[in-house]
Amino acid sequence: MAKVLVVTSGKGGVGKTTSTAAIGAALAQNGRKVAVIDFDVGLRNLDLVLGAERRVVFDLINVVQGIAKLPQALIRDKRLENLWLLPASQTRDKDALTEEGVGRVISEMRDNFDWILCDSPAGIERGALLAMRFADEAIIVTNPEVSSVRDSDRIIGMLDAKTAKAERGEQVAKHILISRFDRARAARGEMLGIEDVLEILAIPLLGIIPESQDVLRASNVGSPVTLNSPASAPARAYADATRRLLGETIPMTVPSDRKGLMNLLRGRRAA
Amino acid sequence: MSIFRLFASRPAAPVTAPIARERLQILLAHERGLRDEKPDLLMLLREEILAAVSRHVALDPDKVIVRMERGKHVSTLEVDVELPNGFERSVAVAS
Repeated sequence: MAKVLVVTSGKGGVGKTTSTAAIGAALAQNGRKVAVIDFDVGLRNLDLVLGAERRVVFDLINVVQGIAKLPQALIRDKRLENLWLLPASQTRDKDALTEEGVGRVISEMRDNFDWILCDSPAGIERGALLAMRFADEAIIVTNPEVSSVRDSDRIIGMLDAKTAKAERGEQVAKHILISRFDRARAARGEMLGIEDVLEILAIPLLGIIPESQDVLRASNVGSPVTLNSPASAPARAYADATRRLLGETIPMTVPSDRKGLMNLLRGRRAA
Repeated sequence: MSIFRLFASRPAAPVTAPIARERLQILLAHERGLRDEKPDLLMLLREEILAAVSRHVALDPDKVIVRMERGKHVSTLEVDVELPNGFERSVAVAS
């Protein structure tokens, strides 16, 4: 029986899709059978970040409407045999997604996967609500920046009120994932620190993803960062976060790209 | 340029994170208050006040306004009921 995990944030551009791809891949690398579902109807991108954009035939709405069967729409990753993608529709009307339909698709998938990751669209509208609706757990991706923290707080309120679990009187297990963190700027007091964000949001921390060029490089070539450059700082941070998700206790660190003394002396251009 | 300038630290960027933190704490305390409140509390109060007053005086339902003001220490509930002219005096002096 799968765990359903929503990756959400409220604010756009904080790293939901990158994180869904990276953690989905890392779970698959840990031997779990994983499906990632793109809920961003009309603005799908998880296919692109996973390098599967040319293999999309059917999508979530086709399955909800009964035009395609689930196995026809699921795309198996070419590198990780345990990772599957259910893409969003790029052309359909997003009102075609109904709560009943999404519930049916997810309950059909629960029997066949260990983890189902729902990549939420930005905002607090229908698409975001449907992405979180059936979640058992939630990752709230937050940047150390005022607007992102505020929107995360709003989303936390919705996870506590508008999910099926909340309506049954249960709690969605919530985790904060801080992304685009710059340790040097936080140390200089130019950026909110980890403690600041955690104290304000009062949710346990799953991981800290450092700001890094490797994330862009990975999406350029359509490969999750955990797969494309596993030794890079963000990949190690995602790998640690994934193991915490699986229940392991791992000391919280901000992985950094080890730079030689010469690189440091050569200055910022080397970064 | 003096050789020492090479080693002098750059002018420090202003420390703005504590300002961000304080602004967020104040804002979110307010927003969480709004969220936790029953969303329709004011509507409910308005309906019940309207019903109670209407038992004695014919009212224009649009002339009943219920407003809540949130202050740092006290919050107030303002009820504004506009009565039509010429209703019975005896009702007006009852307290």
